[in-house]
Amino acid sequence: MKALEVYGLTKNFGGISAVEDLSFSLEEFETLGFIGPNGAGKTTVFNLISGITRPDAGKIIFFNQPIVGLPPYRLAHLGLSRTFQNLRLFNSLKVKEQISAPLLAAKGYGLTSAIFRTGQFETSEKTAQYKTNILLDFFQLTDKKEWPAISLPYGEQRKLELARALAMNPRLMLIDEPGAGMNPREIQDLANTLKKVKEQFRLTLIVIEHQMGLIMNISDRVVVMDFGQKIAEGLPAEVRSNRQVIEAYLGEAAV
Amino acid sequence: MNFLTGAKRFLLSSLLVYLFLKIFFISGLFSEYVQQIILLAFIVILTSLGLNVIYGYTGQFSLGHAGFYGIGAYTAAYLGTVFQVEGLLGFWPILFLGGAVAGLLGYIIGVPILKLRDDFLAIATLGFGILIRVLLDNSDKVSELLGGSRGFIGIPKIVNLETAFWVMVFLILVTRNLIFSRFGLFWQCIKDDELAAGVFGINTAGLKLMAFTYGCFLAGIGGALYAYLYTFLHPSNFDFLKSIDFLIIVIVGGMGSITGTLYAGLLWVAVIEGLRIVLPAQMLELRWVFIPILLIGVMMWKPLGLLSRKESNLLGLGERG
Repeated sequence: MKALEVYGLTKNFGGISAVEDLSFSLEEFETLGFIGPNGAGKTTVFNLISGITRPDAGKIIFFNQPIVGLPPYRLAHLGLSRTFQNLRLFNSLKVKEQISAPLLAAKGYGLTSAIFRTGQFETSEKTAQYKTNILLDFFQLTDKKEWPAISLPYGEQRKLELARALAMNPRLMLIDEPGAGMNPREIQDLANTLKKVKEQFRLTLIVIEHQMGLIMNISDRVVVMDFGQKIAEGLPAEVRSNRQVIEAYLGEAAV
Repeated sequence: MNFLTGAKRFLLSSLLVYLFLKIFFISGLFSEYVQQIILLAFIVILTSLGLNVIYGYTGQFSLGHAGFYGIGAYTAAYLGTVFQVEGLLGFWPILFLGGAVAGLLGYIIGVPILKLRDDFLAIATLGFGILIRVLLDNSDKVSELLGGSRGFIGIPKIVNLETAFWVMVFLILVTRNLIFSRFGLFWQCIKDDELAAGVFGINTAGLKLMAFTYGCFLAGIGGALYAYLYTFLHPSNFDFLKSIDFLIIVIVGGMGSITGTLYAGLLWVAVIEGLRIVLPAQMLELRWVFIPILLIGVMMWKPLGLLSRKESNLLGLGERG
């Protein structure tokens, strides 16, 4: 089954075409690597898929359902999740609340339940707590669950963000530069974590990354973008030796 | 029904404060004037709490809060006069309607303007506040009863210590229960990062609207209490400067702290009215020199407000259910 199909996706910002006639698709449980030089339009594609920006043209189909025009929160409820290049944790919330917020958004209780603290309130809060604890355990953050999220070291903030993105039990997760600011050792750990996460949560992944080692390691297939267009697609090994890709990264002279 | 879960300490302190005040009220140790000031403080706290939900918790900057306060006051006064309410029994529905109409108006206004952010939202709410003031000034053209710029007169005095105090206590508890539920959590997510809140499943437009409506409802209740405490309404009591008062209370107390609003509200009324007693009559206007200096001092000492985002243990308001 196709997890995501994108046809003719186009987005212009003023006169600049950020994404131009982009089409690709991926199967359920596949991991798609998304690479390209800075400014190629990768993050814009993520923003278009997750409903943050509206495309000028094109179709996006998520598990057979067209999703263009749906607000981000609806997409989250359908099972689409993402992380951000620059984290975007909720700074005034505790570590555990970062995760319980999406959990309670997925399944909660009504206003009167909240005011009168009914049984439904108790059950729902308890379930959220329980699921939060499982996720915190998975990412080894349990002993820091009462911490304000901003006081975590950077590496753990990245883990927490991943945990938050997993809270709503997504089917497809878009991961934007998970390895940004990490050293080779941490990248290796990250690759293992991502594989483990994918296995455990039965996920389909699209990963934007500049660290080629990571991309080649985890991706089943790779899409390469440059200047808003797809310039190559294929198995990691094929893409690596593709002439156009090398040109895009290193310039024509290098070929 | 566990409406009161974790509120034992708060209820106990409320009861003590109430008994203490009651003794002073009936023994005549507090003059009529001082009594009125104390009740006003409760009303101001309640109204500011509404703004704290909107701005402190949800991050929606509103400069029009006094407008909703005024709507509540005029609605309650008008309905009370039309239906000839004179006693406490008839007052409850009127009080609720004052809040409900303000809340409804907040909802209607909120749908278009909550799409705006920060400064733009501030301008839009400011405009709304001014609009309400102008409408109230000319209200006698709609109904002679409303009084226009002459003011609304002849409202019976119904609000006493019991009404003002326990309505405040009850609504603080309702607010606490909302803040420490998933709705409060979502409001804080929206304040921190609206875009991320949406991506993680939170209906940001809906929840902003909910916070705004509820905040305006509290302002409306505050206004209705005010009408039946002071028995006279004038449009100048609900203009833009009044909105600033509420804003100052929220910021000085701490954005996102119920206790903070409680303390700051008391402090605000105490300082303004206290200086009126302390200063000689010919120097009364110096209040508006002292108060800003005091505010600057407080903000330098505690930039995040007296309680920043915390709740005081003393009141037990910060305990989750």
